[in-house]
Amino acid sequence: MLTALIGREIRLALRHGADSVAAVLFFLVVSVLFPLAISPSPAVLARLAGGMVWVAALLASLLPLERLFGADYDDGSLDQLLLSGLSPVAVAAGKTAAHWLLTGLPLLVAAGPIAIMLRLDPERVAVLLEGLLPGTLTLSLIGAAGAALVLGARRGAMLLPLLVLPLATPVLIFGTAAVAADHPRAELLLLAALLAAALPLCPLAAGAGLRAAAGS
Amino acid sequence: MLRPGEALAVHGPNGAGKSTLLRLLAGLMRPAAGRLLWEGKDALDDPPLHARRLAYLGHQDAVKAGLTGAENLRFAARVSGGSVAQALALMELSALADLPVRLYSAGQKRRLALARVALSKAPLWLLDEPSNGLDTAAAASLGRLIEAQRGQGGMVIAASHLPLALERAGELVLG
Repeated sequence: MLTALIGREIRLALRHGADSVAAVLFFLVVSVLFPLAISPSPAVLARLAGGMVWVAALLASLLPLERLFGADYDDGSLDQLLLSGLSPVAVAAGKTAAHWLLTGLPLLVAAGPIAIMLRLDPERVAVLLEGLLPGTLTLSLIGAAGAALVLGARRGAMLLPLLVLPLATPVLIFGTAAVAADHPRAELLLLAALLAAALPLCPLAAGAGLRAAAGS
Repeated sequence: MLRPGEALAVHGPNGAGKSTLLRLLAGLMRPAAGRLLWEGKDALDDPPLHARRLAYLGHQDAVKAGLTGAENLRFAARVSGGSVAQALALMELSALADLPVRLYSAGQKRRLALARVALSKAPLWLLDEPSNGLDTAAAASLGRLIEAQRGQGGMVIAASHLPLALERAGELVLG
């Protein structure tokens, strides 16, 4: 049934398209703006590329979060999902997986060519992608938890980045540190540890948020 | 208390608490006091299990404008194991099955939401203003749907601010 939920999300996204495509387009456009704003010099870009890709990816993955549960909450579908026989935690986990497949994975695919365009050293491109894999997964988990918790709150759209961005900073710090490091093993392991911590905790928090939103 | 085959019509003016009562019975909200019993046991001990015993129609239709009528029911069909084509036929939506729901009228969306209830094989139906926006023919389909559910030993609790044509039904007036 969890796969049916993820399938439903993907079919919806393919029909509506806008949210997930907008995130990847945002990522591409922001990455193209950096060289225009800073300097097109390869030496300068190469030094900054890792951080630019990470910041752009972090902000892009935030974009579709507000609609992640918001759309279902507004049209009554969230009640139907919660009454489907899945626990709220499973509903949250399914929606999180869909968010990563529709936003995190396309960002990961786009990040390689963008990093090369920004003249990042090819060896470091591999490290960047190795870091982005657990990084985008963790961002989806934290983001979904945040989105569920602000559901039904007034000015939820304003609260959401304030709640999610501080929690996402460790991912950003270790992700960019891995790209800059000569031996990035420790940073990559720390990113994996963050993912291991977020994996059980975030769906629990998101499930509680969904239950609270349905009961209010 | 509701026995198999019985129906309960919940009446009351706007804001009397009809929807809140149905959400409580569905397990979407927790009662501040009192208990919800199913066959003598607390129904909210295992909310996912309770959810599988019921089909809920909220005052919103919970349909997605970008999907076709049939696609909208697909997830519910996976959950209940029912047939989408049969449910659409019951609410006379077969001809519209492959049209995106954004082209549906308000009444047709309501019929689609009712078709989702018809898909379910759950013993208890909770219907919040089921006849909202329905024309006379669709209201008659709704009546047949409810009779069929009761005929199979199912139970129906329907809330409405207008009188509902429920035969042999208990009545609860709020407010």
